Amino acid sequence: MKKSIITVVGKDQVGIIAKVCTYLAENNINILDISQTIVDGFFTMMMITDTNEAAKSFALLSDELENLGKSIGVQIKLQREEIFEKMQRI
Amino acid sequence: MININEVIETNRMIEKENLDVRTITLGLSLIGCETDDVEKTCDNIYKRITSKARDLIKTGAEIEKEYAIPIINKRISVTPISIIGSSCAKSTDDYVKIAKTLDRAAKDVGVNFLGGFSALPAKGMSESERLLIESIPEALAVTDNVCASVNLGSTKTGINMDAVALMGRIIKETAYLTRDRDSIGCAKLVVFTNAPDDNPFMAGAFHGVTETDAVINVGVSGPGVIKTALSGAENLDFCALCELIKKTAFKITRLGVLVAEEASKRLGIPFGIVDLSLAPTPAIGDSIAEIIEAMGIEKVGAPGTTAALALLNDSVKKGGIMASSSVGGLSGAFIPVSEDHGMIDAVNKGSLTIEKLEAMTSVCSVGLDMIAIPGDTSAETISGIIADEMAIGMINQKTTAVRVIPAYGKKEGEKAEFGGLLGEAPIMKVNSFSCASFIKRGGRIPAPIHSFKN
Repeated sequence: MKKSIITVVGKDQVGIIAKVCTYLAENNINILDISQTIVDGFFTMMMITDTNEAAKSFALLSDELENLGKSIGVQIKLQREEIFEKMQRI
Repeated sequence: MININEVIETNRMIEKENLDVRTITLGLSLIGCETDDVEKTCDNIYKRITSKARDLIKTGAEIEKEYAIPIINKRISVTPISIIGSSCAKSTDDYVKIAKTLDRAAKDVGVNFLGGFSALPAKGMSESERLLIESIPEALAVTDNVCASVNLGSTKTGINMDAVALMGRIIKETAYLTRDRDSIGCAKLVVFTNAPDDNPFMAGAFHGVTETDAVINVGVSGPGVIKTALSGAENLDFCALCELIKKTAFKITRLGVLVAEEASKRLGIPFGIVDLSLAPTPAIGDSIAEIIEAMGIEKVGAPGTTAALALLNDSVKKGGIMASSSVGGLSGAFIPVSEDHGMIDAVNKGSLTIEKLEAMTSVCSVGLDMIAIPGDTSAETISGIIADEMAIGMINQKTTAVRVIPAYGKKEGEKAEFGGLLGEAPIMKVNSFSCASFIKRGGRIPAPIHSFKN
């Protein structure tokens, strides 16, 4: 299964996860794992997801997530997992 | 499974440290396009490029989007045109015609540079090669996206000093014909010794005759990532320092491999090589000079610079070789003066001279690159600069290159401005003693002995 990574970076506030998860549920994207941490004072969340069942194209999902981020005031990125696998694993 | 810290690190490299893929270069053979009629040959060349490279830009954009990794340039390299034009080009005008065709094809598919307006007279020069070389000044003046290169020597053949002498004059003429734009034509012209067949970087990219019909070559970059890694490493000894660079180079190279494999799969064109050069840009933080300075050299050019560059270059290669078995091209640290704000600063402060840069080129790729010199520098002196650099490459079995810009009408201390990735360059001092009697001898410097390496 090809996995995708969603990262959310920004100022912590109520409802970030709820809003992102709602979008993912509406688009049939399954969440496989969630972790979060604080980096330089910023809320940072990573989700490992499965976008294969989504009806929308990867590019469209990526744009919509970016715009959702803008509406909440955080940065949201959708990337295919291979970039991290390639760079971080021998 | 990937953890959050790894994701954060990768994205920090991309967002904060200017990590990017510098170029996806489609290497394209034009063999088969030759005819005995220049119009027909141009037609074949245009069709071949525009059909094969049709999806290059679109595919590059898709990969950028899906991995959120910037791919700065999409480019094309073609078979050296002196081969393709040999049966139809009877004059320099014919070669200029072919250059215009290449320019039109490059613009129509949307690439910003197309390399391969090239000749390879490393030992002897054919009539076709001479015509192509003589057409270079006009070809580069009337086109925007075409890059020219000439291989003047190799470790196996020695140095073709007739070609070296000719190139001094050609560079001067190119500078003159683009004098209204600070002689920018010379920024698109490079001379080599030991030129690689699979280099994806401009201006020297061409698709060598050892290559297959079409390949995807990728050039990665990431001086900023290396510099950031070193900035927390003030107390490391040299072995530990090299380890750190190797690990970072490994990651950078793997990114290149990923992009190359993806592009290859989507375009249905085989993956050729990853070139693991550290290529600076004028952006702050994206500089080779800054890496050297982060190692403890006050200003690049100071004593210790060559050693620092040697360990940087070697460590980058070691890390990169571990990351991919398909490493090729130039693969080393580039030191183009105009494209590296740290190098520019070092020139302006009097720390960096052409002579020191020449020493640096003996331990790194590629050569005297993007160096502006006074417009009144003689053709013979330019040939002398080229000959010195070619000798370093020939003796040390490495690629070396010269891309100097004798900026027309400008003097030492002034600057030439090219804009964009090419940046701006301070006009550097050139030794004013003459080498004219040496250059005018003509002939060839024989290939060097391959033993008694001292």
